[in-house]
Amino acid sequence: MSATGIGASVKRKEDFRFITGRGNYTDDVNRYGQTHAYFLRSPHAHATIDGIDYAEALKMPGVVAIFTGKDLADDKIGGLICGWSITSKDGSPMKAGAHPALAQGKVRYVGDHVAVIIADTYAQARTAAEHVNVKYGVLPANADTASAMKSAPLHDVASDNRVYDWHLGDKGATEAAFAKAKHITKLDIVNNRLVPNPMEPRAAVGEYEQGTETFCLHTTSQNPHVARLVLSAFIGIAPEHKLRVIAPDVGGGFGSKIFIYAEETVCVWASKKVGRPVKWTSDRTEAFLSDAHGRDHVTHAELAMDANNKIIGLRVHTTANLGAYLSTFSSAVPTYLYAPLLSGQYNIPAIYAEVDGVYTNTAPVDAYRGAGRPEATFVIERLVEVAARELGVDPAVFRQGNYVTQFPHQTPVIFCYDGGDYNASMLKALEMADYKGISARKAASAAKGKLRGIGFSSYIEACGIAPSAAVGSLGAGVGLWESAEVRVNPVGTVEVLTGSHSHGQGHETTFAQLVSGRLGIPIENVSIVHGDTDKVQMGMGTYGSRSGAVGMSAISKALDKIEAKAKKVAGYVLEAAEGDIEFKDGKFTVKGTDKSVDFGSVALQAYVAHKFSGQDLEPGLKEGAFYDPTNFTFPAGVHICEVEIDPDTGVTKIERWTAVDDFGVIINPMIVEGQVHGGIAQGIGQALLEGAIYDKDGQLLTASFMDYAMPRADDLPSYNVGMTETRCPSNPLGIKGCGEAGCIAAPPAVINAITDALGHENIAMPATPQAVWRAAQQTMKKLAAE
Amino acid sequence: MATVHMTVNGKAVTGHIEPNTLLVAFLRENLRLTGTHVGCDTSQCGACVVHVNGQAIKSCTTLAIACDGAHVTTIEGLANGTELHPMQMAFREHHGLQCGYCTPGMIMSAVDMVNRKGHELSEHTIREELEGNICRCTGYHNIVKAVAAGAKAMQGMAKAAE
Ligand code: FES
Ligand code: FES
Repeated sequence: MSATGIGASVKRKEDFRFITGRGNYTDDVNRYGQTHAYFLRSPHAHATIDGIDYAEALKMPGVVAIFTGKDLADDKIGGLICGWSITSKDGSPMKAGAHPALAQGKVRYVGDHVAVIIADTYAQARTAAEHVNVKYGVLPANADTASAMKSAPLHDVASDNRVYDWHLGDKGATEAAFAKAKHITKLDIVNNRLVPNPMEPRAAVGEYEQGTETFCLHTTSQNPHVARLVLSAFIGIAPEHKLRVIAPDVGGGFGSKIFIYAEETVCVWASKKVGRPVKWTSDRTEAFLSDAHGRDHVTHAELAMDANNKIIGLRVHTTANLGAYLSTFSSAVPTYLYAPLLSGQYNIPAIYAEVDGVYTNTAPVDAYRGAGRPEATFVIERLVEVAARELGVDPAVFRQGNYVTQFPHQTPVIFCYDGGDYNASMLKALEMADYKGISARKAASAAKGKLRGIGFSSYIEACGIAPSAAVGSLGAGVGLWESAEVRVNPVGTVEVLTGSHSHGQGHETTFAQLVSGRLGIPIENVSIVHGDTDKVQMGMGTYGSRSGAVGMSAISKALDKIEAKAKKVAGYVLEAAEGDIEFKDGKFTVKGTDKSVDFGSVALQAYVAHKFSGQDLEPGLKEGAFYDPTNFTFPAGVHICEVEIDPDTGVTKIERWTAVDDFGVIINPMIVEGQVHGGIAQGIGQALLEGAIYDKDGQLLTASFMDYAMPRADDLPSYNVGMTETRCPSNPLGIKGCGEAGCIAAPPAVINAITDALGHENIAMPATPQAVWRAAQQTMKKLAAE
Repeated sequence: MATVHMTVNGKAVTGHIEPNTLLVAFLRENLRLTGTHVGCDTSQCGACVVHVNGQAIKSCTTLAIACDGAHVTTIEGLANGTELHPMQMAFREHHGLQCGYCTPGMIMSAVDMVNRKGHELSEHTIREELEGNICRCTGYHNIVKAVAAGAKAMQGMAKAAE
């Protein structure tokens, strides 16, 4: 392993600018003559718009323009789209209601976009907004997932608010399995609604250049090319060659910056209308109201076991809240990113899942770190834990007895697991967590009047979201390959243009490690270019932990071509046959001789082209590649959470956190561990603290950091992180992906630990001190009676 | 309009501003010091922390005119020329940042923590003291390590200065 190649904990190249305050985030971008946009949002969860009078507001100081949905419609600007088509059981397509960027005749959630006020300053725009008179006809609203199908319809196309009624698996086989089951475990589960809350709020700066008739949009995006594609092909802002999208430094995304929202659409469109750049930056309350939320499932699930404690069947019914409109990938999250993961790490011969996607008067719900996989993991890992308890089997042993051990393994729900060693992670985790010592630790806690519990999560997830043809057959509107271009400069430095996007993941370092190791050049000589559609030709962006497995594989493929071409050049330089040239540690050598030339010299020769005829070999050294994987990747692992509960206060303290993950080949252990830490923190946040609450009228009660409990440093433990490694067979680098694992694994581990401590299952997420205190009273009463 | 004078990162600056201008807006918009960030509107996240007369404050809830005559240090002014501050180095060394958005505020809070609490900071102290700074990326594990290491390294700096 070289000091900066694959496997080295190289310090991050991007850090210097961030620790010195020289990052360049979208809100740091200012354009000459720019105006500021303020979005007037609906105060009602459901209402008709019976009139908008902005004559007075238009006369306010500094106001440049005010636009409503009518202006967008007059300009033939299309609505926001959902790019994944889901088909109901009866073969009918999902019922997608229109989603205009500015409301047309109706608002459907608090925060829905009614009008945009554009002024010289943000303060002027905001003040003027108070003088816009909107006449609303308030309609009955519903924010509740379970009762959505009995509530007032949001969209004419879905009179029962049901977007789709989808299923997966073999119903008959599953029912047969349940019929012969020795034991059935049943659970009702609510997967609480979350707000992603990257620390950088969304922002956009749209500008239009009259001379060249081109638009440029700076935006907080995880996938600038997808944004350009959607804004061009579907929304109709401008054709792609007339629209440049730049996502500069982006301060976290966690899914919420995948989607194409109303605000950037309006800013870029309006920049031409007003003839000046238009800038918008979300405040935190707007982020709570209008960023796509995550999770929000109501589920009933049952697990069937035979007499040998083998799982023989699983059936699940989920109602998934999709919010008021279908966001960009929302339809796929509770279907294809959810049900195929229900098999977990287990050999389950029969599975049947049904999902109702429903509209409610809430912000759209879409992918949030993990996207469907945390929901699935919560279902299966809670079921397995409870089943083990009911059967009186150690939960680790119960899991081990049901693990998939032969690969490839075809589950009954689409996926074919290509490799792994689940028990290796379990054994290592048991060791690291000192599972043997748990009884003693429980007794010690009990002696202090505390309740101690331990909980497992033996998760699996699916990353990469490709091959393209496979996701296309499941309804995806796009292909999920990745692209890369490697440009070698005449002096031997290298620029890599990638379609992946980094918003905290550290690609400038890890991608450079791949190149540095492969070409044997110093890592300082490699720069990674991303996030600008004028520089990088095309790309699918970063989500679904796909940048390593798919994005880096594309770079690897381009590097193969670079090496092949460079060998040709080296052959001419060394006057040897191309086939006799070997490349190692940055040097081209004629096999069996000491004749060699270094990479930099070959690069120079490729450009000066003096040693070969341009007719025999094209000058230059630049290669591109598109890479489409052969399968999803399947990271898996075991997390163990140990808690101590104070029954007097209801405070749950996480005493130990053990994580053992198999991410395949790891490029940079330091960065991978960081991803695990961050994911676990978000998972613990879901389990203990976070929950988006709407009241019965659809008002968001948790719309600030004062009301929505973000995990803070003193809420969380330090984590004990270990790894196992089985190479991923589905991409050339053997990478599985690590970005979401912690967030997927953590919630059931926490709840399994709390319920172990409590001795009963009556606790839901978030397990706040108040909820735990209530639940602990039950426990204490029982203990007192014993 | 009001006139405000202050010393920012060692340089005397004057601004003609609306009296209701927040310090963070003055820094970001008038002085183009965009390293100080805004992450919320309820004074909760700490992305905006700067030092005013040597003490950490949240610049999102401080009026610029209230800092008339003050010495303000932002993240851009923490390094000594090209030499990074030990706390900056510790954040890089211990991977205490991912997206970097909370980082300026974290580092400014951490330096203030050391100024108040000394160089030997326990994990418990660091976690409690970071209560006003939210990070969504790191899960805090490496931030805690970075702050502890940075605190120790600052002792070296203090000694060297003596
Ligand atoms: S921006 Fe100042 S505390 Fe959040
Ligand atoms: S590093 Fe992204 S919020 Fe802290």
